[in-house]
Amino acid sequence: MTEFLQQIINGISLGSVYALISIGYTMVYGIIKLINFAHCDIFMVGAYTGYFAITTLRLGFIPALFFSMAVCALLGVVIERVAYKPLRNSAKETLLITTIGVELFLQNIIKTKALAGPNVLNFPEVIPTATFKIGGLQFSNIQLITLGISVIMCAALQFLISKTNTGRAMRATSYDRDAAALMGININRIISVTFAIGSALAATGGIVFGMLYPKLEPIMGVMPGLKAFVAAVLGGIGIVPGAMVGGLSIGLIETLSKVYISSGLSDAIAFIILIIILLVKPTGLFGKRNVKV
Amino acid sequence: MKETYKKYIKVVIGLIVAYAVFQILFQTGMINSYYNRIIRQIGIFLISALGLNLILGFTGQFTLGHAAFMSIGAYTSAILTRNFGVPFLLALIAAAFTAAVLAIIIGYPILRLTGDYLAICTLGFGEIVKVFIQNVDYLGGARGISGIENKSGFTVIFVLAALCFAIIMNLIHHSSKGRAILSVKEDEIAAQAMGINTTKYKIIAFAIGCGMAGLAGGLFAHFSQFIDPKSFDFSKSFELMTYVVLGGMGSLSGTVIGTSILIALPEWLRGLSDVVKEYRMLIYAIMLVSMMLFRPQGIMGTKEITVAGLKNFFGKIKRIFRSSSTSVNKGKEA
Repeated sequence: MTEFLQQIINGISLGSVYALISIGYTMVYGIIKLINFAHCDIFMVGAYTGYFAITTLRLGFIPALFFSMAVCALLGVVIERVAYKPLRNSAKETLLITTIGVELFLQNIIKTKALAGPNVLNFPEVIPTATFKIGGLQFSNIQLITLGISVIMCAALQFLISKTNTGRAMRATSYDRDAAALMGININRIISVTFAIGSALAATGGIVFGMLYPKLEPIMGVMPGLKAFVAAVLGGIGIVPGAMVGGLSIGLIETLSKVYISSGLSDAIAFIILIIILLVKPTGLFGKRNVKV
Repeated sequence: MKETYKKYIKVVIGLIVAYAVFQILFQTGMINSYYNRIIRQIGIFLISALGLNLILGFTGQFTLGHAAFMSIGAYTSAILTRNFGVPFLLALIAAAFTAAVLAIIIGYPILRLTGDYLAICTLGFGEIVKVFIQNVDYLGGARGISGIENKSGFTVIFVLAALCFAIIMNLIHHSSKGRAILSVKEDEIAAQAMGINTTKYKIIAFAIGCGMAGLAGGLFAHFSQFIDPKSFDFSKSFELMTYVVLGGMGSLSGTVIGTSILIALPEWLRGLSDVVKEYRMLIYAIMLVSMMLFRPQGIMGTKEITVAGLKNFFGKIKRIFRSSSTSVNKGKEA
């Protein structure tokens, strides 16, 4: 039983990272109906930016976090403006291929010697690890921080979306882009804001992921990114609270299946879930509208 | 009827001439073994890319799991020749067949999905196949299979690539099934309304395309002599997709051009200098994005290179030259 609870704790801390990434997928999909494959690489860039902020710029944890969020938000906006905006009305395949091109670009630009090089880097221990024990259960402070940051970020995002004018405009744009434009909403600005928020959250995800699993490599974003995407679909793509719940569920399922089923097959289980959801209930857990699939 | 046979004979003669030219170049050493290897590589990936073009370009189904079918073919043929001593050609047929049957089994449920959802589903399928192979000891697990005999010679690859090209060409441009497949791409609802069983044609195209991927996988296993699950992950699927997209979705000759350029270009860049070598994947990525921005239909669009088209093209050039020279003369007179 203790082991089971222990795995639940590990699963929640991993799942909160997935939640942070999957929010970006879901928001972008909700607003321009695009699966942004480059999103997982923004997560990777976020982790690297955190690494450089801590080692080269000698920033503390919180400033490094904000620095990385700012860099990634800017990167997200630039990518959207340069690569996606001109193609907004073209065929879906074209856009998907562009996101894949951007993904390759980000991975390979990090790989160059001028930036990080192809070798694996170790994320610095910015906060000394401490473990607590409560009745046989082990917590590390990193896991608590991960969970704390995710909760704060999600709460802030929820506030932004439901209470502010920008949030209302975002909801309107995702509901009906043309009607929102007719109501005087600046669509381009809203889409940029969406990309900025999604990318900033991915950057936070990158930094906490770096603290949990301190290994940085240019392709580190791919697997977490894919699983976060599964999480977004599980929660109902386009729905922000759904992405949070989906992220936590995928984290739990992965951790538990690693322990109780097979450590090798746990990667496949996330995708089997994905295929089952898509075939049985493509709108996801929280999807209400009749999504055309 | 006679006309068609005449055409076929012409095509066969053309292929024999092309094959003879290549063989002469190989024999005389004008193409050394390094280039020979690149040419064979192009041929193998061409077969797979042609299959992908049938699914992506002609049927309009967005799949990102094509490399998984290559790995299925590669593993099937490698196990058959290595562990059971099955002849190479038989193993290739088995590879294509296994991939096609699996494509039908997988395709039946998932081809109901469209667009992004289908893309993600096939991507997930590719990862499942990879993880599965990594965890089965009989298939070598994550270590892969080494010591496969080198049997994919130029002749086999050339004949099979030509055959695959001809199959798709005939299917698409000269059969009612081809028209049905094209109609699924153009407008699925309209096609359904005209009484076309769209699911059936999607599955047919998917099975043929994936069968070709399996065939290419079998050739690849006996070409590189070593296969592991990692070499068929989704980045390989992306790569295959870029071959098709660069050439033009819906153009077979475009696929030939795209595949040749994208396999030969990195090799050529590698030879240029160290700076280019370091940035070649970056150049590749920039090229892909700018291609999408400025010419999303690819090099050829949906057009094909034909003899008549070439004649027309050179005729135009000739005319341009003639008219410019006459205008120059006129200018002198004035």
